[in-house]
Amino acid sequence: MSMIVSSIGQGLLWAILGVALFLTFRILNFADMTVEGTFPLGAAAAVAALSHGVSPWLATFLGFAAGAIAGLITGLLYTKGKIPILLAGILVMTACLSINLRIMGGSNISLLGKKTVFSSHFLTSLPKYFDSVFLGLIVIAIVTVLLMIFLQTDLGQAFIVTGDNPFMAQSMGINPDRMIMMGLALSNGMIGLGGALIAQSNGYADVNMGIGIIVIALASIIIGEVVFGELTLNQRLVAVTLGSILYRFVLLIVLQLGFSTNDLNLLSAIILAICLMLPNLSKSLNLDHILRRGAAKNDLS
Amino acid sequence: MTSAKQPLLELKNVTTVVNDHTPAAKAILKQLNLKIYAGDFITVLGPNGAGKSTFFNSIAGTLPIKSGQILLQGKNITHLSVEKRAKFISRVFQDPKMGTAPRMTVAENLLLATKRGQIRGLKLRGLKAQLPRLHSLAASMNNGLVDRMQTATENLSGGQRQALSFLMATIQQPELLLLDEHTAALDPKTSAQLMQQTNERILQEKLTCLMITHHLDDALRYGNRLLVLDDGKIVFDVRDQQKQQLTKQKLLEFFGDIE
Repeated sequence: MSMIVSSIGQGLLWAILGVALFLTFRILNFADMTVEGTFPLGAAAAVAALSHGVSPWLATFLGFAAGAIAGLITGLLYTKGKIPILLAGILVMTACLSINLRIMGGSNISLLGKKTVFSSHFLTSLPKYFDSVFLGLIVIAIVTVLLMIFLQTDLGQAFIVTGDNPFMAQSMGINPDRMIMMGLALSNGMIGLGGALIAQSNGYADVNMGIGIIVIALASIIIGEVVFGELTLNQRLVAVTLGSILYRFVLLIVLQLGFSTNDLNLLSAIILAICLMLPNLSKSLNLDHILRRGAAKNDLS
Repeated sequence: MTSAKQPLLELKNVTTVVNDHTPAAKAILKQLNLKIYAGDFITVLGPNGAGKSTFFNSIAGTLPIKSGQILLQGKNITHLSVEKRAKFISRVFQDPKMGTAPRMTVAENLLLATKRGQIRGLKLRGLKAQLPRLHSLAASMNNGLVDRMQTATENLSGGQRQALSFLMATIQQPELLLLDEHTAALDPKTSAQLMQQTNERILQEKLTCLMITHHLDDALRYGNRLLVLDDGKIVFDVRDQQKQQLTKQKLLEFFGDIE
């Protein structure tokens, strides 16, 4: 039972990354590699601030700000520097490795004995693992609702149309470069926020904690889409969170099967690859039809 | 409509070069001069490769010009970006896919177009409040578009999508409307219907319009002025009375001469 609660808590905390990546991967239509650098960057900024006695929520906000700045740099390299987006992301991600070491002054910092967002009186009074469920739920709910409202504003619509048809956006007086930079800053800010929260949940920050992040974030988006199918934009944002929790359950099952945590990145990649292929596979193998026919037979008998 | 009036749009010695600074550099527009007056509805003809699309791209700002000046109501817009010019100039492309956002609904696309060229801030878009107006606009196209307001535009027919692009270009009255063979990709019936509606709206709202076409009949039937572009220059320019007296026969003879 506690394993399930822990998975839900982790799913909720990590959902922020999925929602953040949704902005670039699904709305702007490109894969932003910067996230592999901004996740540990957000963690490093927050943890370094915390160990200097900064208040937990301010430290968490610093994680957001650090991520947003790095995202903005990727945006500048892509729009003004005309560097392909994949490469621009990789460049900033690589640069972040050095920055993170500078910020932390070493390859990891522990938060042992430091005050974090999890050390509030109320959260510590909750049963084990329920603190991350509670905090994760609050944060993801606030982030999702704010995003839903933002996407319904004139600016949010201009952002969406830029991803949909940049050519038409321009002919409607929207500056696509500006929208792309805003999207990258916002998305990576949220990734930094996720990094800050997850580092506090783990109790440490590590320079290598960003490896495989993009796959995990993508997995929550794709699992949400595969499971819930056709949805409105607002529903899709919620589906990402549910996808993130489902992904944690899949990992839990896989670990129960006897795989070690060292296999997690391999397993994550395999899960994502399967989910990405599923829509095409089910079409070519006619899975839908077979499943429906199987169900119909059972109904008859 | 006297020429003493200030032109709405003026092109002065406009030269455009593609692949500039490379061995493949090629001048498309060559010292082109043109004055357009408010209320002009101009049809633009020209053989393939004459520079018609480049002519539009230069006016809209998609392609920077090499030398010369572009003035809109006396104001120099030569170095203004596409999105800045969008405040004054709107455009419908030949490809129905270019003018609309595929994953957004018809209503959302129309709403976006009502704010063409305006600053877009953190104000809620207010789709519900605008819906009655958008409905009646869509209904005016008489092609079933109004029944598909909540449909993503990628699921529309080419004709409906192009009618939507046209609506979007005119919903917020532009100073200058550029129509780039906007009915060419449609079947003959749909094409004729959209052309009819285009003409009605332009006359009704007294829009200033440049329309590229390959249909000599359309070029003769619509508008008060006709231009022929060839080899980067305007080689023929008639208006009003003279245009009315022009026949398809004469035009064909003229085209025979330039080729």
